Amino acid sequence: MPLSKLAGKASMSENQAPNYRYVGRRRRTQEDGRFVTGRGRFVQDVQLPAMLHVALVQSPYPRAKLVDIDVEKALTSPGIVAVVTGDELAEHVSPLLQGIDAPGVRSLPLAHGMVRYVGEWVAVVVAESRYRAEDAVELIEVDYEELPAVVDPEMAMAHDAPLVHPTHGSNVFLQKNFSWGPVAEDFAAAPHQLTYRVRWGRSSGVPIETFGVVARWQESQGILDIWASIQMPQYQEQVASALRLPMNAIRIHNDVDVGGSFGTKRGIKQTVMAGYLARKLGSPIRLIEDRLEYMSGGDAHGPDRIFDITLAYDGDGVVSSMKMRALDDLGAYPSRAVQQLGKPMTALCGPYRLGSMAYEAIAVATNKTAQVPVRGFGQAPTNYALENGIDRIARHLDLDRREIRRRNLIRHDEFPWKIPSGSNYDSGDYDAVLEKALDLADWGELMRWQAAQREEGRLVGVGLATCLEPGGGNNIYEHMLNEKIQVTGFLESVLLKVDGQGGVTVAISTHTAGQGHQTLVATIAGEELERDPDSIRVVHSDSLQALPNRGPVASRMAIMAGTATANAAKRLKARMVQIAAHDLGVAVADIEYADGEFSVHHEPSRKLGWNEIAFIAHRQLHRMPPDMEPGLQVLQVESVPGGGKLPDEKGEVQIYPCYSFQAHVSVVEIDRTTGSVRLCDHVVAHDCGTVINPQIVRGMIIGGIGHGVGAALYEKFDYDAEGQLLTGTLFEYNLPSVREMPPVRDIEHCTPSPLTSHGQKGSGEGGYLGAPAAIATAVNDALAPLGISIDELPMRPGAIEAVLHAAKAAT
Amino acid sequence: MKETEVSIIVNGRRRSARVPPRMTLIDCLRDAFGLCGSHIGCEQGACGACTVLLDGEAVRACLIFAVQVEGQEVTTVEGLAADDGTLSPLQEAFWNHHALQCGYCTSGMLMAATALLAENPRPSEDDIRAAIDGNLCRCTGYQQIVEAIADAAEQAGREGEHV
Repeated sequence: MPLSKLAGKASMSENQAPNYRYVGRRRRTQEDGRFVTGRGRFVQDVQLPAMLHVALVQSPYPRAKLVDIDVEKALTSPGIVAVVTGDELAEHVSPLLQGIDAPGVRSLPLAHGMVRYVGEWVAVVVAESRYRAEDAVELIEVDYEELPAVVDPEMAMAHDAPLVHPTHGSNVFLQKNFSWGPVAEDFAAAPHQLTYRVRWGRSSGVPIETFGVVARWQESQGILDIWASIQMPQYQEQVASALRLPMNAIRIHNDVDVGGSFGTKRGIKQTVMAGYLARKLGSPIRLIEDRLEYMSGGDAHGPDRIFDITLAYDGDGVVSSMKMRALDDLGAYPSRAVQQLGKPMTALCGPYRLGSMAYEAIAVATNKTAQVPVRGFGQAPTNYALENGIDRIARHLDLDRREIRRRNLIRHDEFPWKIPSGSNYDSGDYDAVLEKALDLADWGELMRWQAAQREEGRLVGVGLATCLEPGGGNNIYEHMLNEKIQVTGFLESVLLKVDGQGGVTVAISTHTAGQGHQTLVATIAGEELERDPDSIRVVHSDSLQALPNRGPVASRMAIMAGTATANAAKRLKARMVQIAAHDLGVAVADIEYADGEFSVHHEPSRKLGWNEIAFIAHRQLHRMPPDMEPGLQVLQVESVPGGGKLPDEKGEVQIYPCYSFQAHVSVVEIDRTTGSVRLCDHVVAHDCGTVINPQIVRGMIIGGIGHGVGAALYEKFDYDAEGQLLTGTLFEYNLPSVREMPPVRDIEHCTPSPLTSHGQKGSGEGGYLGAPAAIATAVNDALAPLGISIDELPMRPGAIEAVLHAAKAAT
Repeated sequence: MKETEVSIIVNGRRRSARVPPRMTLIDCLRDAFGLCGSHIGCEQGACGACTVLLDGEAVRACLIFAVQVEGQEVTTVEGLAADDGTLSPLQEAFWNHHALQCGYCTSGMLMAATALLAENPRPSEDDIRAAIDGNLCRCTGYQQIVEAIADAAEQAGREGEHV
């Protein structure tokens, strides 16, 4: 491999948007120009006068009592301004919000009384330079009384396990059972049941930029200015609460470019720390984690999950029901990441026609770095677990892996399809997408090739997996895990305005981490207004100017900001038509708009230009319709389609609104001696509805597959039995390089969503949701002739070599 | 700590500063010279985000002290475009192919690719992969980067330009 027959095939696409002028067209992005010239503005580029720098003292122990911290020597070190410990902070800062009801957890930026994981912050040093601050870190003497740690999540559930938070009384922070539909009846009626366990390793987003924040307190205004590398809904309010400030005292500068996040950059403790120091010291504070600080004590770690699943199915392989138990190792604090057990409820059964399902979500604390959200918010592990089961049924019944999926996929004519937990899938054509992937991969030829390779004794495998990508971000699952959270609104907004010279500006309310929001918004505004998108300026409002928003999480910006932009543009255009009609003395219905001109129907010589109407609206009020607001601006706030409701009496509720779909085929070869996996080929067929910008969508999907390669084969925050982190640098935590990436071939399919402005759905997560499942099943397919399989990610060479060795020894 | 005068020719212009001997080249470029286009990802030589050209060779600016390059020529991403702002063929190709997302690794990628094409104007795909295998990108999966570099080489070859 690559198969010579296939190597020449380029990626394919179909033009799904023939009626659009800009949407779906291949156009350069607005953003890339500044990055290729080195003119991005990241948080590390924010330089303020008299700025002070922070370095961190971190715990070397996974669990210990903090007996004493001696900072005297550090304070006499040159250039040192201050040292702050947890005792001081506990007096002035309120505990950080947790994602579940856990009053026994007191989480502060600095450890107080006890350390709970290797890397936990124990003290901060503030100095005139980062170099000086690091010098002083070495001089701080911390007296720890080491305590036994709890590392294994199942052992953490034992009644005699050491407690991570003694005041909570247990290491179990969440244990919730859900049941939707006739689970018992479906299981009783099913001829077959299959029970299995799979494990998703502690991998994550791990962007190339670590987290950083710059904070400046302006005493005269009572405003804390924040520049941060951030991706966090409710960031402003959580920082404000912890610092005991009103929310409108926090100004987040959303125009900072974020150097990758993939869900992870939550930044609350870092920002609270920097904000506290900025107020205390009266100087701007820069807290940029270095790679070591980030990997052990930052927003680095992702889901770490054990699945125990039982599937009920018949002799044809048709699955009727599922019982899933997901046990997640949270690390030392629940934080918001615990909610990653909640989102999968919006697509627990994937693209399959299950009639009922039961779900047990368990989250336990251990003495590891706390988790943060990661791309897909729990959906990638869940999809891996589900697809593993579908393949097991195929093996049990000796069914073709394509055929079992065809028999279970929701059919094109069945949408909207309501799954047992209450979500309606909006649209899809799963069979067509699957067939496109199989055609592009040339499945029949692959099977012949594989047989020939196996004849020669080579370990080659072909993987097949599908995945759903829920998009839109109706986070009602937060309430399902914690009834105290009575939040049903997840908004996104834009402010669209035309200035007195006719220039179009759109203000969005969030930061961006590479998703291309400027291009998205400019393209849709350009489409609706018939203006060149490159002439439309898109700006990021700071949080005091910003409108209601939740931000770029949950594959939602094309859905939410895109639809908000389209609706704003339609309303703005309608106002311009009204002005034209009034000025030309005709009825509104008589005005036609095209290409920047408002003309009278059947009298095209009577017309007004775009800029003229803009001038009238701003400056010539005598030509305006009476009672119309002067100026040309529209504020558009969108709520998630189908949202705004609590679950009904059956526990059913619409969670996410839009569902994208992908099918992946992965081809691998395993080295018999080393156990290393070579990815020979990877094909993806994807349907995210209408594509707004083909290059952005393709980039997200291939990039997501790259992320999935890491989760499947390489990446893990590994701990030893005592709780020491073993993979705290990029030398041990292996991100895939270009060497590890297979050539990816992609093909589009378009099933528009009925819920969005142009039929668009989310596309930022699907590659990562599908690739790990496909690669894992390819590895197991390669190992199948030896009668062995691996049911834990990542499948690193050592693990594969071990099973190969064991298999050899057994023969 | 005693500071030392350092003078480096950066993007064709001599720049000088008094810096501590332990200051890395990347910190000197960013903090002393105000050239923030090169980025810091690991400070251990693992990620390649800080890659610059030192006398034409791609190096990691986090693994070199500023005082070590006294009098030498350093090229950063800010030095790739022509004086009139015309982008280099690689910069154009990265933009045309959307060979980036967040833009954080991009400067290092561009410098590694610039060094490659200077030495090997007709690289094979394997050559391209070898040239950037020390530069980590978390967003793209590398494919559009490889495509962009190949395209820039092809464009330059067609037009007989230097990249």
